Amino acid sequence: MVGIKQYRWLPILIIGLTLIFFYLPILILMIFSFNDSRSLTSWSGFSLQWYRQLFESREVVNAVMTTVTIAIISTIISTFVGTITAIGLSKSKKVIKELVLTFNNFPILNPEIVTAIGLMLLFSAFAIQRGFMTMLLAHISFSIPYVILTILPKLRSLDPNLAEAAMDLGATPWQALTKVIVPQITPGILAGALIAFTMSFDDFVISYFVTGGGVKNISILVYTMSKRINPTINALSTILVVIITIVLIIVNVIPQAKKKERVTLE
Amino acid sequence: MKIYSHFIRPYMVWIGIFIIIPMLLILFYAITAEGNEVLAFRFTLNNFVRFFDPIFIRVLIRSLQIALVTTIISILIGYPIAYFIANANEKWQTLLILLVTMPMWINMLVRTYAWIGILADYGLINTFLGWFNIGPLNMMYTDFAVTLGMVYNFLPFMILSIYTVLAKMDRALIHASFDLGANRLQTFLRVVFPLSIPGVVAGITLVFLPAVSTFVIPKLLGGGNFVLIGNLIETQFITVGEWHFGSAISLIMAIIIMVSMVITKKFDKNVEEERQLQSGGSTW
Repeated sequence: MVGIKQYRWLPILIIGLTLIFFYLPILILMIFSFNDSRSLTSWSGFSLQWYRQLFESREVVNAVMTTVTIAIISTIISTFVGTITAIGLSKSKKVIKELVLTFNNFPILNPEIVTAIGLMLLFSAFAIQRGFMTMLLAHISFSIPYVILTILPKLRSLDPNLAEAAMDLGATPWQALTKVIVPQITPGILAGALIAFTMSFDDFVISYFVTGGGVKNISILVYTMSKRINPTINALSTILVVIITIVLIIVNVIPQAKKKERVTLE
Repeated sequence: MKIYSHFIRPYMVWIGIFIIIPMLLILFYAITAEGNEVLAFRFTLNNFVRFFDPIFIRVLIRSLQIALVTTIISILIGYPIAYFIANANEKWQTLLILLVTMPMWINMLVRTYAWIGILADYGLINTFLGWFNIGPLNMMYTDFAVTLGMVYNFLPFMILSIYTVLAKMDRALIHASFDLGANRLQTFLRVVFPLSIPGVVAGITLVFLPAVSTFVIPKLLGGGNFVLIGNLIETQFITVGEWHFGSAISLIMAIIIMVSMVITKKFDKNVEEERQLQSGGSTW
């Protein structure tokens, strides 16, 4: 476009510097997870000792288990509740829809720390022992709003008479839902589930406030460990970065590969 | 037809329990204090009065300052990048946006922790400077480190929200501006930039809001003595156990954030109205 031809080097330079700014720290972090010594600055040879320490630590293994378990359960529940709520909202009166969406936006617009202490006060008011269960409930709670907001636009672009048409043709309301509506919004549901999963997987602030009894997820563990230099954090971070990168590549590549497949089939 | 509309009922109950009651509890704690044996609570405004101590006000001002600086830097860096990406060809756009988005998916604690090894007194930057006999510069535990950590964490939000608006912009408007004799700078200042303000405003909320309330970044890069309003709240709940005072601080913070968001939105609207007036005027 305009202006790019004359100053071709400027955008490349600025974007390049920004990408270095984004990725260099993470890259350095990953490189020093393989360092032989404790130092995070001087390289003293390749070693996997920090990874060995990582897998031998009960605390780390427990935190990974907690994080993954909570992420999976909260993704399933919040995706289910979010999907049926979004479908319900698309068929509700405008006033009710606006009202629900207003409250739905609260956890999104509020600073995380406010949501966190609200939930902490809630659990203490009902005398619920803080730990795994409270963390799970909190994760479901902050994920549902994002799932709903991801699925709603997909429903809006759907023909409002679709379900009725299916039922006129003899489908039961349940069949119209599972065989007609849900297949149409599957991309939205999957996107919502992905957001729910990563939000749960990465959450720190809310988990930190609602947990108890020594239950820690990965973020809380990194937080408690990072107070002093500790290359096992680098090792743990490296694994996290690699997992997230693989997931993102799969998520981004599969739809494109499918698209290409479809094109070649046609 | 209203079939399926009852599907929202379970979530309405959920909202009641997990969104409305917590909000009311924060409010309740903020306006009460621990009572005597007869009554568990008594109403008071002391929690708010207590906040207007110079120490706490200074913490508040510092938090707002750092969040503001972070937001301004994010606009100054984020805008040109969003602009360049929006003007690249489609293949590059997809790739670059993916590259900007990727860091956001990585755990925020990990991203912040990564800077410790770079900024520390014996860190990478100082090791590098040491080769030229410069330094060591003291960077950790300063405003600089905390602001850098915030820009690093929140800049992608700014880039993405500005990019979204720029990418959707009607190219015909730009060509029209050129056809009517405007040069590149004029076109940018009078056509592209005004149209992109909604994206900047969305970016401001996405950067300013988490920057005001974060306690992780100041804790990791600012050290134990670096207190922002988020740290103050964390201390009240986790260390000191003064939930009433902590709730009052959160309420004050939430109100300040809401007010600043309303002001930002209003600014957005004013620009919009002005533009409508101008365009309305020119058609006549």
